[in-house]
This record gives sequence, C-alpha cells and structure tokens, in this order.
Amino acid sequence: MQNSALIKTENLEKTYSLGLTSLKAPDDVTLTVTRGEFLGLVGPSGSGKTTLLNIIGSLDAPTSGTAEVLGRRIDSLSQKEAAGLRNGHIGFIFQTFNLLPVYTVYENVEFPLLLQGVESSRRRQLVEEALEWVGLADRADSRPVQLSGGQGQRVAIARAIVKKPEIVLADEPTANLDAANSHHIMRTMVQLNEELGTTFVFATHDEKVIGYLKRKITLIDGRISKDERSDQPPLAVR
Amino acid sequence: MLTLKLAARNILSAGLRTWLNVAALSFAFVSIIFLQGLYEGLNDQVERSTVDALFGGGQYWQNAYGPFDPLSLEDAHAPIPPPLRKLVSDTSATSILIRPATFYPHGRFRSILLKGIDPGQTILSVPSHLLRTGHDELPGLIGARMAKGAGLKKGDVVTVRWRDTHGTYDARDVSIVEVFRTSVQDIDNEQVWIPLDRLQELTHLPDQATIVVVNRSAVPLNEVPGWEFKDLGFLLRDLHSLVRMKSVQGSIMYLFLLFLAMLAIFDTQILSIWRRRKEIGTLMALGMTRGGVIELFTMEGAFHSVLAAILGSCYGIPLFAYAASLGFELPAGTDNFGVAIGQRLFPVYSPALIIGTTLLVCVVTTIVSFLPTRTIAKLKPVDALRGKLV
Repeated sequence: MQNSALIKTENLEKTYSLGLTSLKAPDDVTLTVTRGEFLGLVGPSGSGKTTLLNIIGSLDAPTSGTAEVLGRRIDSLSQKEAAGLRNGHIGFIFQTFNLLPVYTVYENVEFPLLLQGVESSRRRQLVEEALEWVGLADRADSRPVQLSGGQGQRVAIARAIVKKPEIVLADEPTANLDAANSHHIMRTMVQLNEELGTTFVFATHDEKVIGYLKRKITLIDGRISKDERSDQPPLAVR
Repeated sequence: MLTLKLAARNILSAGLRTWLNVAALSFAFVSIIFLQGLYEGLNDQVERSTVDALFGGGQYWQNAYGPFDPLSLEDAHAPIPPPLRKLVSDTSATSILIRPATFYPHGRFRSILLKGIDPGQTILSVPSHLLRTGHDELPGLIGARMAKGAGLKKGDVVTVRWRDTHGTYDARDVSIVEVFRTSVQDIDNEQVWIPLDRLQELTHLPDQATIVVVNRSAVPLNEVPGWEFKDLGFLLRDLHSLVRMKSVQGSIMYLFLLFLAMLAIFDTQILSIWRRRKEIGTLMALGMTRGGVIELFTMEGAFHSVLAAILGSCYGIPLFAYAASLGFELPAGTDNFGVAIGQRLFPVYSPALIIGTTLLVCVVTTIVSFLPTRTIAKLKPVDALRGKLV
C-alpha cells in the first residue's frame, strides 16, 4: 500500500499561446508519485510547476499526454467528477492562503466537510482535531483578517487536511511568510505526512521548503531535469 | 440545503454591504406596495362613491334614455311598470325623472337637467331628504360645483324653465334648500334635484320616470317591457377604463421602482462576482461544482429580497396601516380630476397586493441574481484562482 502510485503522468504537456508563439510547460513530463511521499516540484518561474500541480489537482486539463490521480484519468473527468475528486481526495494550500473572508477560522476549516455532507458532531470533532494539529484551537472564532500570515497559512493547512485527503497540493505555501513562520509551517506538514501518511506535493522555489523535501523534481523550461530523493531525514526531524 | 445555509451565512457575514442592499431593496418593496395601494384605494373609493351616489345596485333605463344623448331626453320617460313600481314601494328601488331645462341664475342662461327624486329614498347618497320642505315653494338641491359655477348659495331663488310633455314652456322659481358636497360630479354638474312628485306634476308626467335605481340586494327582474336593466358592470365600464388608464400610469412608476430594485441587485451580483472571483476559484478547488457556485450566488441574491421583505415589513406594515386608517388629504381642485375621489384618499393594502408584490419582487430578484452568475459557468477554476474572469 505504501508504494502504490497515487499520481501518474505520461508525456504530459500543456501548451500556452503567447501571441504568435507558444510555450509548453510542463513539456513531456512523465512521473509517478507514490503514497506518503513528501515531494517538491522545484524550478524557476514559468517552468510549469504550478500548471503541473493544477493538472494533478484536476483544476486544469493537459493539452496532451495523460495524468492519472488515484486511478482516474484527469482529462476524461467531467466537471462534476473533477469536483468530486478534489472534494473527496485532494487538499489544496495556496500561496495567498485563499481563506473565505466572511467565515471564521472554524467555518473555513469546516467548509470541505460541509461539501462532503459530514454529519455535524463528526464535523466538529474533525475540525477541532485539525485546528489542534496546526496549533490554532484557540483562534477558532477569529476571522481571517484577524490572523497573522503564518496563522492564516496554518488555517489553510487545517482546511486542506481536515477531510484526511490522500493528497495535499501546496503551491508556494511559504512565499508570503517570514522565515520563522515558513519553518513552522513546513514542520507541521512534515509531521502530518509522517503521522497521517498524507502525500504532499509542493510547487516551490523557496530554499526553506526545499530543505524539508524527501524528493525533489526540478523542472527547467517545462521538462524534468532532475528527480532526486534525499536519503537524509527532512529538517524537521534532524 | 447546504447552499441555502452557505448563502445565508455569506450574506449575513458580509455586514454593511448586505444591509445597504437590503435597505435599498426594502425601500423599493415598500414604495411599490405603497403606490399600488394608493391606486387600489383610488379605484375602490371612486367605485364606491359612484355606486353610492349614482348607480346603486344597477339601473333600469327607459328604452329611449341615453345619458350622453341630450336630444333623446325629451322622450325618455314612461309610466313605471308594475314590477318596478313594486320594487319602489318595497323601498328596493327609487325612480328618477330626468327632464332637460333651462336655468337662469343671476339672469344668465344655463342648460341643465331637472332631476326628480323621491325625498324619502335611501338608495342613493343624494341628500334628497332636504327636499321635504312642506312649503308651496319648489325646493331645489344643487351640488357645490353647480353652486360655484352659477354663483348660487343656500336660500337663493332661481328661475327654471322647461317644456312639458305637450311641448309647452313653463317656468317656476326654485328655492335652493341646500348646497351639498359630493365627490361624484355626475350628480352635481349642471343639474338641479327637485321632489319627484313635483316634477311629475309640473311636466304632466304622472307616475313616470326615466330611470329606476335598485338597491344592491335587489335581484334583477327577468324582463321589463320598455325598460332595460343596466348592471354595475355596464354602468361602471367607463369608470373602470378611466381607472385602468390611471393604473397604467401607475404601472410605469411600479416598473421604474422594480427596475431600480433589480438594477441594485444586478449591480451587486456583478460586483460580487468580480470581487469574489478568487473565492469562486477557491470554492471550486475545495470541491464545489460550478452549478453549486452558481446556485450559491443566485441564492445570495435571492436572500437579499427575503431580508428586504422582512425589513420592509418592519416599517412598511405600520406605515401602510397608518396610511390606510388616516388616508391622505387631497389638495384643492382634485375633485375636478374627473373621478369621484373625495377629499381624502384612503389607500387599500390588501393581503393579495402585499403578498403578490413580495412574491413578484422575490422571483424577479432571483432571476436577476441568476443572470450575472452565468459567467461562472464559463469560468475555469485555474482562471478564477488567478483572479481572472471570462
């Protein structure tokens, strides 16, 4: 089970039209991600990291090639099926947190469970558990505007993991955070990965994040140039 | 159910933005109902006054009678047939004799109608009991408009001339026993009311009448030879078309207010979708379908109208109750509008008007809320997350 493939892409391409020219990123990307990995897509801006993450998350469709997530072909999913896949199995963490501004911390974390139709007492238990995980149980009634950047991102992590997804996709999760908060966030995610077995896929070019990765895939001009696995434990447990 | 909860949570959490919209929409609600109530009141009042003063529960017309044909009036009289006479004696009807005449107030000439009415009748609101003078003089009753036009007042004596049934001119002095106020011009303008028996005697038309007005509980007789029954539907036909015309003018205001309310909602929705495009992307990323997002935004728009209805009822219902009980004093000159409004206008706010208007506004608001959300249907989650709109 530990080594089963959660994500598989084959010759994956996404072409963007830029006036008279076009840009491919990702370009011919083939990779396999297994359950429990803590993996980063690393590379400069425009290398296709976020696009690859979005395709894996069924938010975008490839121009050619295939992407399979949990055994389902992304390009053949209907809009409803894709929404169901995201809701049931994938958690998202965004660079700008993307918290729903009119909801409290508790309500933001509760939201994915509401979409899943989880029963109220179970919902409460899961939300409290997730907030405990990220150390924000005491801020449950706060609004996003009342939180610091680090706290905001921790709420986003709680929202991503509350439904216990198989995969968490994090797009530049530390880009808007200072060093101390970045390390705090990353340590939380490493812990979640190790204790819950959740697979994390990051898109990042932040060195602070890279230091925690167990596998680093470097994209240059849309293509995989390196796929490295670290034998050393990540920073959090070193 | 989830969408409903989320929509409620979203708009209640949006604070001032929500309440400003709700306040504007509630104002439109209340204004629309308020204006429609005025028109309903006008309609109701005009009809009631006209029926009370002029039409009763319907009229039997002598076959030659046509209210808009002065030439036919000379011949528009006949002995009251037994079935109608029975109604009159049962006080279920009252007969009126109408004769063309000439009136000489202050030496000036005016063509008028001499109307003979039973002073004891209670079917019409004409104050005919004032004609019970018991004197030899010929008592006459005129309306305030007639008095103003002719420069007459109570106690004045005026010469009236007419032709009797043989074509002979005759004249008498009429003593004005009262100047009555009425909102119904058709019992006032250019007419003098005198006792029926005196007019029958003076015109040599004993027991004859031009019209017989029945009360509202009287059952129309099958057939009365030489007479034709005109029901209220027929008698009020012109009035209804006049009121309808005025209602059309009112509808323009109604539509204008509705348009403003819709514009406010449409604008809010456009702004909301524009401002919250990233949120839309997030909702999709969290697993909400496009349909779900569209439903959520539409529901939010519709919620505005529900809140507006609640807010509007808080200040609208007391306002309507106050207006309906006290009415509005109409400015001088309103009684020359051509319809019997009276000195005060009492709006009528029926449950049908309030519920109907509320439902209409809610349905239209929901439709208007839905229109801008169609943009979402074309939106890709990635574009939404980047803050792009189609």
